[in-house]
Amino acid sequence: MSATAAYGHVGAGTAALQALAQQAQGLGDGDKMIINMGPSHPATHGTVKFILTLDGETVDDIDIHIGYLHRGFEKMCEQGTWQQVLPYTDRLNYVSPLCNNVGYVMAVEKLMGVQITPRCSYIRMLASEISRMTDHLTALAAGALELGGFTPFLYGVEARELLYPLVEELSGARLTASYTRIGGLLADLPEDYESHVLKALDKMLTLMDKMDKLLTKNRIFYDRMIGTGQLSQADAIAYGVTGLMLRSTGVDWDLRKHQPYLHYNELDFDVILGHQGDNYDRYLCRFEEMHQCNKMVRQIFKQMPSGPVNVNDWRTVLPPKSAVYNSIEGMIAHFKLIIDGHQVPPGEAYAAVEGGNGEVGFYIVSQGNGRPYKVHVRAPCFYAMGVLKKLVVGGMLADIVPTFDTLNMIGGEVDR
Amino acid sequence: MPQDLGTHPQSGQPQSPQYLTDLCRAFAGVGVLGSHTAVGDATVIVERTALVALMTSLRDDARCTFDVLVDVTAVDYSEFAPLMRAATSPIDADHPSGLTSATLPALEVVYHLLSMRHCHRLRVKVPVNAEDPQVPTLCEMWPAANWGERETFDMYGVRFAGHPDLRRILTYDEFEGHPLLKDFPLRGYQPLMALPTLTEYADQETYR
Repeated sequence: MSATAAYGHVGAGTAALQALAQQAQGLGDGDKMIINMGPSHPATHGTVKFILTLDGETVDDIDIHIGYLHRGFEKMCEQGTWQQVLPYTDRLNYVSPLCNNVGYVMAVEKLMGVQITPRCSYIRMLASEISRMTDHLTALAAGALELGGFTPFLYGVEARELLYPLVEELSGARLTASYTRIGGLLADLPEDYESHVLKALDKMLTLMDKMDKLLTKNRIFYDRMIGTGQLSQADAIAYGVTGLMLRSTGVDWDLRKHQPYLHYNELDFDVILGHQGDNYDRYLCRFEEMHQCNKMVRQIFKQMPSGPVNVNDWRTVLPPKSAVYNSIEGMIAHFKLIIDGHQVPPGEAYAAVEGGNGEVGFYIVSQGNGRPYKVHVRAPCFYAMGVLKKLVVGGMLADIVPTFDTLNMIGGEVDR
Repeated sequence: MPQDLGTHPQSGQPQSPQYLTDLCRAFAGVGVLGSHTAVGDATVIVERTALVALMTSLRDDARCTFDVLVDVTAVDYSEFAPLMRAATSPIDADHPSGLTSATLPALEVVYHLLSMRHCHRLRVKVPVNAEDPQVPTLCEMWPAANWGERETFDMYGVRFAGHPDLRRILTYDEFEGHPLLKDFPLRGYQPLMALPTLTEYADQETYR
C-alpha cells in the first residue's frame, strides 16, 4: 500500500482501510493518525477540507480548510455600480438567494434613506420565506441522504422543486434570482401567484409529512442524530453563531422577531427553539421552521396591500420603458442610473436579515458616488464553521457527516 | 437535559445610538477618537491602545452587554475621496492626538457588536497604520474573533497581536499579497499551492 493510495478519503468506520493508512504512515497501535477528508468528499456537500487527527475512530483534532470557492466577491463588488452587485449576492447562499438579495438592497436603501413601499416590503418577505423553505429543504434532504436515506432525500428535493418554479415565476430564474432592486423589485407578483404558491405549499406539506414519517422517529436516524454534534449555549454565543443553530441551543433570538425588518412585526409566528443544541434538535428546528414559513406565507398573502412596488423616484428606480423611449427626462434618468449608478451618499451602513442559516449582514461603505467603495458580507456559515471544531472533537469520525449537514455549510457564502 | 436558560436574551431595552457612543466615551475617555450615529448605526472610532479595555467594558457592562461579536473586517481608505472621510470616520475637533479625518491612517479595522440582551448594535473602528497594521486580538473575549481576524489578516494583511492561529483562511499559504487592499491588481498570477505528501502532513506542526 503506497502512501498516495492511502491519501484519498477514508470512509467512516472502514477499519481495514484505516489499518492500511496507519501502516503507510508507519504508525503502530495507539498512535494517532492523520486523515484528509475532502476537499471533494461525497459526504460533505460543499468543498471543504478537514485534516483530521484520529485516535482510532475518535476525532482528536480537526483543522478546517475553507476557501475552495473563494471568488473574490468583495473585490468584484468594488468594480461595478451598486445595482451590479446584486447578481453576485445570489451566489453567496445559492440555496436561498432571495434572502441575500433582500439583505443587500436593505443596506443600500438604509444608506440612501429610501423608504420602500408597503407592498414591496410584503413581497420581499414572501420571497425570503419561500427562499428559506428551499434552504431548509435542501439541508433536510441532503442530511437524510448522507445518512443513507435516499427516499426522504427524493421527497425533500421534490418538495424543493415545487418551490423553485415559484421563484422562477417571480424572477425568471430558479436559483440566481436577482429579484430585488434598490428601491423596489424587478416586477410585481405575476398573475394568480397566490394560488400557485398555496397549491405548491399544500403539496410540499404532504411531502414533508412523508419525510417526517420516514425520519423523525426512525431508530437509525434518531441514533445518529441525538446527542451528536452538541453545541452549548455559551459556545454558540461566544462563537457568533446565529440563526437556527443558535436557536437549537435554546437561545431565543431571531432577527425577524427581535429586530424586525420589513413588516415581520405584523406577522404572527413562533421562534422555534431547541433545548440541547445537538443534531437532532437542529433537524427538528429546521422542520418546524418550515411549518412556520408556511404559516407566514399564508399570512403575507392575506395582509398584502395593493399599490406600487417601486418607489416613485427615478433617481432610485429605473423609469418605465414608456418614459425612457418617449421622454427626454425618462431617458436621462435611465442612462444616469445605468452608467453612473445610484448616487449613494458618503458614509457606512450595516443591515442584517435572517437568512437560511442565520444573520446575513451587509456592511457597505460609500464615498458618495455610483460605485461601492466596499461591500462586506457577514456570512452566517463562516462563523458556524468556526465553531465546528467544538462540535466534532471528541466525537466519532462518522458523526462529522450529520454534524456538517445540520450546520448546513454553503460554500458560496463561507468562501465568498 | 435542558440547559441553563439564564442568558435568555431580550431582558433589557435597546439603548439609543447616541447613548451607546456616549457610553463608549465614558469607558475609554480620550481613547475614543470620534463617533457618529448616521443612519441609526452607532459607531465609535477608537485608538488601538484603548481597544481591548473598551471591548471588555462593552461586553461586561450591564448597560450595554454586547455579548456577540458579529463580524470583523477592515476597510482600506487609501483611494477614498479625502473630503468624504469625515462622513465615515468623523474625528473630534479638539482631540489631543491632533488627528483629523483627513490625516487618519488609511486602514481601519471594523468590529460589529450585537447585544442579544438589549437588541442593540454598535460598530467599533480602529484606524491602523497601513505600513505596520497591527491590532490586539479579541480571541480571548470572543472566540468568534478567531476566524473573523484570520479573514481580515488574509484579505487586508492586518496582524492581530496575540492571535493563536493567524493563518490565511480564504486563500492559501502560498498566496502573495492581500487581495482586498486597493493596490492589489485585478489581473495577475499567483504561485500554485504546494501539495504536501501524507508524511509531510504528519510531520508539519502547521497542519495540526
